[in-house]
Amino acid sequence: MADITLKKVEVVIVGFGWTGAIMAKELTEAGMEVLALERGAFQDTYPDGAYPKTLDELTYIQRSKLFQDLSKGSFTFRHDIGGTAVPYRQIGAFKPGTGVGGAGLHWSGQHWRVLPEELKLRTHYNERYGKKFIPEGMTTQDFGVTFEELEPHFDFVEKVFGTSGVAYRVDGKVVGEGNFFEPNRSDHYALPPQKVPYTAHLFHKAAAEVGLHPFVAPSSNASQPYVNPYGCQMGPCNFCGFCSGFACYNYSKASPQVNIMPALRKAANFELRPHCNVLRINLDSSKKKATGVTYVNKDGKTVEQPADLVIASTFAYNNAHLFLVSGIGKPYDPVKNEGVVGRNIAYQTMSTVQMFFDPNKNTNPFIGSGGNGVAVDDYNGDHFDHGPLGFVGGSPAWCNPAGVKPIAGIPVPDGTPAWGAGWKRAVKDNYTNTVSFDVHGANMVYRDCYVDLDPTYTDQFGQKLLRFTFDWHDNDIKMSRYVTDKMLAVAKAMNPKSIHVSVKNFGDHLDLRNYQTTHWAGGTAMGTDPKISVLNRYLQSWDVYNVFAVGSSVFPIGIGYNPTGLAAALTYWSAKAIREQYLKDPRPLVAV
Amino acid sequence: MKTIGISPHRRSFLRKAVTAAPAVALVAAAGVGVAASSNTQPAYRPAYFNAAEWATLQALVDRLIPANSDGPGALEAGVHEFIDLQMNTPYAYGKLWFMQAPFVPESPPEFGYQFHMAPRDLYRSALAGLEHAVQAKLGKAFTALDAAQKDAVIGELEQGTLAIGAVPPKTFFGQLLQNTREGYFSDPVHGGNKDMAAWKMINFPGARADYMDWVEQYGKHYPLPPASIA
Repeated sequence: MADITLKKVEVVIVGFGWTGAIMAKELTEAGMEVLALERGAFQDTYPDGAYPKTLDELTYIQRSKLFQDLSKGSFTFRHDIGGTAVPYRQIGAFKPGTGVGGAGLHWSGQHWRVLPEELKLRTHYNERYGKKFIPEGMTTQDFGVTFEELEPHFDFVEKVFGTSGVAYRVDGKVVGEGNFFEPNRSDHYALPPQKVPYTAHLFHKAAAEVGLHPFVAPSSNASQPYVNPYGCQMGPCNFCGFCSGFACYNYSKASPQVNIMPALRKAANFELRPHCNVLRINLDSSKKKATGVTYVNKDGKTVEQPADLVIASTFAYNNAHLFLVSGIGKPYDPVKNEGVVGRNIAYQTMSTVQMFFDPNKNTNPFIGSGGNGVAVDDYNGDHFDHGPLGFVGGSPAWCNPAGVKPIAGIPVPDGTPAWGAGWKRAVKDNYTNTVSFDVHGANMVYRDCYVDLDPTYTDQFGQKLLRFTFDWHDNDIKMSRYVTDKMLAVAKAMNPKSIHVSVKNFGDHLDLRNYQTTHWAGGTAMGTDPKISVLNRYLQSWDVYNVFAVGSSVFPIGIGYNPTGLAAALTYWSAKAIREQYLKDPRPLVAV
Repeated sequence: MKTIGISPHRRSFLRKAVTAAPAVALVAAAGVGVAASSNTQPAYRPAYFNAAEWATLQALVDRLIPANSDGPGALEAGVHEFIDLQMNTPYAYGKLWFMQAPFVPESPPEFGYQFHMAPRDLYRSALAGLEHAVQAKLGKAFTALDAAQKDAVIGELEQGTLAIGAVPPKTFFGQLLQNTREGYFSDPVHGGNKDMAAWKMINFPGARADYMDWVEQYGKHYPLPPASIA
């Protein structure tokens, strides 16, 4: 049935973003013959991020230069189980990538670990607040791995990414002015923290004034020249302001291209094949073992690529799509509350506070770096008593001067018209006189929020699109409103002329029009119980033992921080299990 | 392995940007503004829009961002020329969007764009539809209305209360406003934001893209004029 059948390889990796690149590096180091298949084009800092052509907001942001080409395939959305889903026709609320590097080429560089209690959220809440606290229908569950197990991997990821930041506690000793709430670290960040732009400085001062614990946020934007453990070099970030949505022309923002590819190029046992769109993972007649993958190549030919081991490292929700079309694991059914693939899809619950000042404040918001800024963790996770509050989850908050560019939206005060002389005066008066911060909240998982295959719409190959059934729940809106309200004290301490707050109201629906965040999670959850997880604690499929999945799809819940640091650390955790346990005796690593 | 440092491209670009700034200052001092010198260039001829559409489009963007002492108006910035040039890009043919049927335009607004037309067809239909609606309602062409009347018509598009044929009025308004802001604030390489005047108005330095020495100069006015990638 395939036009071409190729010679077997030992490992095939589906999707070459951060997690695919990490797996490729780890498994080539282990001596395996590794082939990575990437659906998009080959792309690199040069020429795709070449100076000065890359400094073009229209081409890169509004015309989606590095984002997924939706004309070839998209997703559908509906707000409830009874609705009919319609396609995500234009890039709006989230900006998935495509091509070599995936979203890791155009991400911003905010680099976080995870809170220990989020890795065991259900256990933690049950223990601290009692078993009745988590409401019916909220399907939070534990990851099945502890913070202590992941700590060495978090540390190594920060060294690979060249993460800039300041620690609070290393080896049990307080060493610096980092995040007061952060658990013990085995080492400092790879680089000292970045410089702090003016808006973040104002946020730092105001947050300290109201009794919070501000710290310079960790960023995978290099504060100094750096050489990572793979021998890959980074140059210091110059705050050009063209970070999120762009390829860093300056080799300062971590990406698979900058931080891993130079080392992989030297590996004779590695091959990267772009323009190869994997349709499915093939199984043998027992359905318990994968035989390889089938993909469509650049010429439109169908190619069968046999392999001993398959790594699914597509972007977030796409791993669930790949498992669903391949028949790996039981699809989730929200009515019967059975099955697992597609279950527990989470987004993040964002709010934004903007403060407007008199002219000549000169906040110069064009100065920016994607991950830099100042954050507070006082209202994240379970850093505050949820007992009397009646909601689960929390939000970190930060002033993240990432470079405000004029088309995408200059903040204007409440009451400003959308056009005409009034709008023009407002953008003129406010562009360099505004401070903005975000409350970047967790989003819990629910029985009625999931993905499956759409019955109507298809991609360029005729495969069914992934369908999201998703809407906000009161728990998360309550959490977001509580934290945003608390954070208003910081806004007021800056003494602005006026404040604009965008926060969700009860009853608001998921709105796909304006950018919120690209941080979807879930769909192929990891865990310890195959009834509620797709993968075991080593990210190995419970059903097909020679298939592993990596990326934020493995998170069984939504977290407060940005997901890249956790997704990368979990990939190293899984790679370690493959290298040390699986390869010498391929088998299920956890008995059912 | 890559070598880190200033690439030859960046070096030559910076040399250009640095020499460009004093040249502008000299021209301005001599009393020959950049805008005046551009008048000597032949008038722009639209490649996509016909004469009637072109006149209506100009009248619309002129009200969305009017000329006044705060900064350039949309026409001075060349927003209309930008929109015409965009009509011959893949974007205007809908090539960046998922355009598979069935379309459900009556979907709640939270689901985003659900209309079947790509920008080229949308402008063609909506500009004619607007002319028709204004003639029927006011007995005049849109271009013949006074400023207050034009603003009232645009307000009706924004509110969705003026039917203009196949295109939902809010959909047209949203498309037009987005493209107008793009033409006003995008790099001049795309045909709008002439002389970077919109950037100068807000003090956005464009493609300067190196603020290592300005990060910690809190509250100071950034003194350098903008740079374009053109």
